[in-house]
Amino acid sequence: MDTYLSDDFLRQLTAAGEVDILVSIPTANNRQTIEHVVNAVQVGLVKYFPRERAALMNPDASSRDGTQEAVKSAAVRDFRSYLAASPLRSLRTLTTSYHPSRGQAGALRLTMAAADLLRAKACVVVSPDVTSLTPEWIEGLARPVLRENFDLLTPIYQRHRFEGLLVRNLLAPVVRAAYGYRIEEPAPDEAAFSGKLASHFLAQNVWQEDFMRNGAPIWMTTTALANSFRAGQSFLGPKVYPAKRAAQDLAGTIQHFVGALFQSLEMHESFWAGQSGSQAVPVFGFPTELDLGPARLNRKKMFEMFQSGTREIVSILEQVLSASTLREVLEVANGEEARCWFPDELWVKTVYEFAAAYHRRVMNRDHLLQALTPVYRGRISSYLRENRGAALEQLRERREALQMECERMKPLLVEGWSAKT
Amino acid sequence: MGNLLLKSLTQTMEGLSAMLADFLPRLLAMIIIFIVGGIVAWILKVIVRRILSFVRFNQLCETAGFTQLLTKTALPSPTELLSRLVFWVVWIAFTLVALSGLGITALNDEITRFFLLLPQIFVAILILLVGVLIANFFGRATLLAAVNANSPSPRLLSSMVRFLIIILAVTMALERIGLGHGVILIAFSIAFGAVMFGLALAFGLGGRDAARRLIEKRFIDDQKKEDEDGISHL
Repeated sequence: MDTYLSDDFLRQLTAAGEVDILVSIPTANNRQTIEHVVNAVQVGLVKYFPRERAALMNPDASSRDGTQEAVKSAAVRDFRSYLAASPLRSLRTLTTSYHPSRGQAGALRLTMAAADLLRAKACVVVSPDVTSLTPEWIEGLARPVLRENFDLLTPIYQRHRFEGLLVRNLLAPVVRAAYGYRIEEPAPDEAAFSGKLASHFLAQNVWQEDFMRNGAPIWMTTTALANSFRAGQSFLGPKVYPAKRAAQDLAGTIQHFVGALFQSLEMHESFWAGQSGSQAVPVFGFPTELDLGPARLNRKKMFEMFQSGTREIVSILEQVLSASTLREVLEVANGEEARCWFPDELWVKTVYEFAAAYHRRVMNRDHLLQALTPVYRGRISSYLRENRGAALEQLRERREALQMECERMKPLLVEGWSAKT
Repeated sequence: MGNLLLKSLTQTMEGLSAMLADFLPRLLAMIIIFIVGGIVAWILKVIVRRILSFVRFNQLCETAGFTQLLTKTALPSPTELLSRLVFWVVWIAFTLVALSGLGITALNDEITRFFLLLPQIFVAILILLVGVLIANFFGRATLLAAVNANSPSPRLLSSMVRFLIIILAVTMALERIGLGHGVILIAFSIAFGAVMFGLALAFGLGGRDAARRLIEKRFIDDQKKEDEDGISHL
């Protein structure tokens, strides 16, 4: 076994024996929210899987705020305050640490290794800072894997209409068009895997790759799809996390997640290049849509950043985009904010040309992904303007229209991808 | 008197004939070396061009941003530039060898110096090329970072970074071939120091508050980092 599993952790795994469900909560300085999450997971396991052997695992990125101590002490002492019954089995808590520089990949690799060694039938990963996490999330994610033989369960959240814009405008449509599966959250923070899929992930020689540090979830989803593992989705309800997390650096987010998607496309080229159309992915739970609370939006600033950004980096965009696409993007940038319209077709063309340029390495890949940020701002500015007063039904229709456009224009991606440099 | 003049003329003519007899073969040899040098240089140029095309040197330079710089300065493609460079260096070398064959002492010293300098010139060109590539890389990185951070003058910042790195590369290259030894280094140090000092002063005096806010944001208050758009993109 590799050295990433410490002796102490191996001892804990040996003592735990075999389990049916392993729930992993990767942490990094999450002292404030971890107790709630651990309690919800424990109650979920006792309430919905009383007969199954379960373990809770905490791979921690060397937290300095006492997160791991909080995990150890967060055990629910008396389940009667939550449930009518007490647990039939004792619940083990396994803790280990990894170096923060390994990012998400460090935690996920430890989780997959633990699932493999414990011969877990289902492995669930949840975020440590989702304050809206309920015991039902554990049931929603683990049950289809345990009872229905699904290999991958991704979540569907109840979100504000303008949340998850990168997922809705880029990640989900491209995954759908390329891989042929209609997955709503291809880069999930919460997910469940079968033991078989966990072992498959573990066997892949990618864990040390740079893109895995922050983009592991999207690689996991696409790898499962490309290897014909059985995928499903589970409706979990609203997702609420601290404001700190919402305030992510946009350029960094695009670099990590879009980079991971393009990298995955590169790895799975033989699978997706011949695919056409898409199929629905089974959904568990009862999806409901609510227009949750108002979001603080600054559309004007976003458009200004699009305008100035694209003008400043025209010489870089010239190397990535075709002349006609660049001309159209600049036309949008030269217009007025109040009339900003970045059509689906142009956006899809832009994304596909960026993907092809990434594949052909027309420039340093980090630079290329950073160059996408100003253009993305233009698209989002247009999306926000168009959908300002749209009903939820209209929003759904527009989302579907973008995804269909992505599928329709897929030959452009294939053509750009295989074009000689 | 007449005999003396005739004798003198005969001697001069004999001397001239001897000189010509000595010089003409050398001149002929020089012309032959000159022509052969031209042919060898042309053959080498073609070979270098083929090799560079085979290894896709143009694409490599394009990725690194070197081609764009050449295009801006109306220079040919990197492959063409390098093959032409090989042609001229080889031909000049042959020409100098040919000239040394004439036996002109003053020329011979210069030619020897040129040949001693040749490896240094190559190293200097290499330093310059690498410098331009590094300057372009960091210039582009600065431009993108500044654009995405909504900084007021991204292109100015990027140009400054590129300029400083190119100046550093030029200094190193000139130092390598021994031009202005010491003077260039001192001039560069003074100029660089002045720019940094000026920036430090400007930042310290003119932007005290901004500096404080920046440091607080970066080191103390990183929890309050604000999203420029106010929405989660994931």
